[in-house]
Amino acid sequence: MTPDLTSVPVLELRGVTKRFPGVVANDNVNLSLFAGEVLALLGENGAGKSTVISVMYGLQRPDEGQVLVNGQAVTIASPASALKLGIGLVPQHPMLVARHTVAENLALGHQLPGQGSGLFPARRVAGRIRELSQRYGLNVDPNARVSQLSPGEKQRVEILRSLLRGVQVLILDEPTSVLTPQEVQGLFQVMRELKRGGKSLIFISHKLGEVLEITDRVTVLRRGKVTGNAPTAGASRRSLAEMMVGRTVSFDRKRQTPSELSPSELSPSELSPSNLDTAPVRLSLRGLSALSSRGLPALRGVNLDLRAGEIVGVAGVAGNGQSELIEVLSGLCPLQSGRIELDGEAHASGARHIFESGVAHIPEDRIHMGTVPSMSVAENLALRDYARAPLARAGVRDLGAQASRAREEVTAYEISTPGVDTPSRSLSGGNIQKIILARELRGQARLILAAHPTYGLDIGATEQVHAALLSAAERGASVLLVSEDLDELLALSDRIAVMYHGELLGPYSAEQATREGLGLLMAGGEANSDGLPHGAGPGDLVESAGASL
Amino acid sequence: MIRFDPISDVPRSRVVWVTLVALLVALFIAGLVFVAAGTNPLEAYSTMLRGTVADWSGWSEVLRRAAPLLLIGVGLTLAIRAQFFNIGGEGQLLLGAVAAGGVALFTPIAPALMMVAMFVGGALAGGLWALLAAFLRVRLRVNEILSTLMLNYVAASLVVYLINGPWKGEKVRGFIYTDDFPAYAQLPTLGDTQVGWPTLVLGAALAVALQWFLGRSTGGFELRVVGENAAAARYAGISVASVIYRMALITGGAAGLAGVGEVAGIHHKLLEPGQISSGYGFTAVIVAWLARGNPALCLVTAPLMGIILAGGDVLKINMNLPFRITDVFSGVMLMCLIASEVFVKNRVRWGR
Repeated sequence: MTPDLTSVPVLELRGVTKRFPGVVANDNVNLSLFAGEVLALLGENGAGKSTVISVMYGLQRPDEGQVLVNGQAVTIASPASALKLGIGLVPQHPMLVARHTVAENLALGHQLPGQGSGLFPARRVAGRIRELSQRYGLNVDPNARVSQLSPGEKQRVEILRSLLRGVQVLILDEPTSVLTPQEVQGLFQVMRELKRGGKSLIFISHKLGEVLEITDRVTVLRRGKVTGNAPTAGASRRSLAEMMVGRTVSFDRKRQTPSELSPSELSPSELSPSNLDTAPVRLSLRGLSALSSRGLPALRGVNLDLRAGEIVGVAGVAGNGQSELIEVLSGLCPLQSGRIELDGEAHASGARHIFESGVAHIPEDRIHMGTVPSMSVAENLALRDYARAPLARAGVRDLGAQASRAREEVTAYEISTPGVDTPSRSLSGGNIQKIILARELRGQARLILAAHPTYGLDIGATEQVHAALLSAAERGASVLLVSEDLDELLALSDRIAVMYHGELLGPYSAEQATREGLGLLMAGGEANSDGLPHGAGPGDLVESAGASL
Repeated sequence: MIRFDPISDVPRSRVVWVTLVALLVALFIAGLVFVAAGTNPLEAYSTMLRGTVADWSGWSEVLRRAAPLLLIGVGLTLAIRAQFFNIGGEGQLLLGAVAAGGVALFTPIAPALMMVAMFVGGALAGGLWALLAAFLRVRLRVNEILSTLMLNYVAASLVVYLINGPWKGEKVRGFIYTDDFPAYAQLPTLGDTQVGWPTLVLGAALAVALQWFLGRSTGGFELRVVGENAAAARYAGISVASVIYRMALITGGAAGLAGVGEVAGIHHKLLEPGQISSGYGFTAVIVAWLARGNPALCLVTAPLMGIILAGGDVLKINMNLPFRITDVFSGVMLMCLIASEVFVKNRVRWGR
């Protein structure tokens, strides 16, 4: 069904402006959504997407401008009134009671029309759940306990919640961020069914490939303003990215392998990527087992050889042991059994000794582990070596030395901060990550453990993080890169391994790996006899890394 | 509807004025209590001030109370910074007093070294008492608010047992306290007041030293990291357990010193827990909170609470009010200060 763009929009924002102290989050935003279409709302972090959602779903009131539903100006004062007007939101992280069943969750706060008594609400909605589930191919069992559902299933429960209330407009807030590629396809299937059923969808994402695949029109936000509005057909990654960032962006494979380097570019260093096969093994893991913080087996016999100057990517759906692998290697999680060797020597023990032996750690949670938000930029930069010369002598800190070094690093890493005494809490995510990079890469680390280093960062900061990791690898550091972003892994890694259920599969050559193959392994599929994921082939790389642009 | 917008970088001036407003609100609410008790609050407040800060004898009463408050409060600022909520200052003080009594009465230490031995013993006893709660928290995840609070009762009962039993004085004719300490185990005081100046000096020195410790030493840096973000501390290889243990020894040790000061400076014997300390361990929580975790600021906040405590005595004598009205007063003040925290960290916006 092709949406009719001349009809009255089901939902329209006219000149919506929303200011927060110090920022204009939405600046005269105009946006319309027509019946039966999927509209992408595209933008970097901080571009104002969340504010648009909040205005539509009644979480924020616009300072100026109007919201119209089916051509009528409305006031959306709360999520309840949004639902009454037929606007539903599927949150990025499902908000469900884990111990309850699907039906119990959906009955919560839900008044069925003509519902007499308040007794047995779950039983009353179960039939309706089955009916909707069947119509839109959601495949949800009302009696299943939420705690046993996969992230994709939980998301479908959230979709059902909105459908139960009879919404016409469904806002999906970064719905693919928690899904495997296969689950993403399942979600897209559901979205197509919803569209066929006449629903209008707003799809929020910063993944360009997904936007191109599933949406009909794209509205791009940059710094609170609408900078682009186009039908998806005819748009390209490059054109969308330019609207989003405001300048041209490269999508090429960033890691240069020997065949891509011309002879003159070959580094004389032994550790350059030109001879990765013969470079010495930097990190050797044999049979690592460890428990998660909840005491369940998280690593089950992990083996890996990481060579000097090599970048090995670790793909996987969150919760398959990637966090524990990084924490075991950085000394934060005890090893149950197995052996870790760094340059042929037994791994140091304890987080401090491991760091001082040349292992940098860019942690997954940059705010709650990588920094102390209430402490200053200078103190956060000193977190690793506050007790060593020149920052301290005999237990007495030299605040002057700390501040002057911090000023140098703020300049070198282009950390945008009012000063080195500003608490790191008031910096943006990208700048906080730069503090961590400056601190961790300062000591010319031999091994860099990078966990989701660009998660939630805008394109500019992401490029800086990538450049820092690549240049570290070029000078001979080994990088273990854990990420959920397959594009990132494919663009940076020499080899890619997949973590599934505590086991590390691979690694496979990144040039030959494909999104589909990796996705299958992430979902627990078997590797084929070549040791390569299914569907792997050199040609597929073109699609995945976008080199054909 | 009220909305709270978090302020990321709270300016110092905001902390000051919010704190002052909180104190004014506390004075107002406490004023209502005075009205309920049939007294004109303005008259009560002016009586309190006249009886405390107008002359030297008033000041001496203030300083007598400020000395233990300063010592305990300074120690508690460290606990606050480490996010270790020590409500056990009272018990740690009593343990310090017990140690001082034990050393003074039952050890053959040379008179010249006696005072030093009493202070060292008191600091150790108070420190170990706090360490017990720290150990329970680190090893068994026992909530320190509960354990330190409960240990207060254990400490009080220990004192009662000692003065009724093994340490009961031989020359006291049935009263329940120990014999007097020998003269060389008694602290010198300012003139004929009950202000033990060595404890005041000790408290002031500790306030300055710990302020330096927090800002300029590596140990202080570690303590702040542990308090602000324990995950980051583990990440940086800082041992959270050892930082908490060291902090407990200091915070409990400071309270122990206060206990030594009370028995050696004022009572010269070990007696009923309620007479050794009239809730200094609790009042000191307000001292540390008002100072917002800055040891040096306790030099201002401890005398302030001293004025309130001494003022309560004045009210009791001059206006015939129950002494416990000061507990109401300081309780209201602590409530207002804790509640003001949200106004320090957030900007309040009215309307929808």
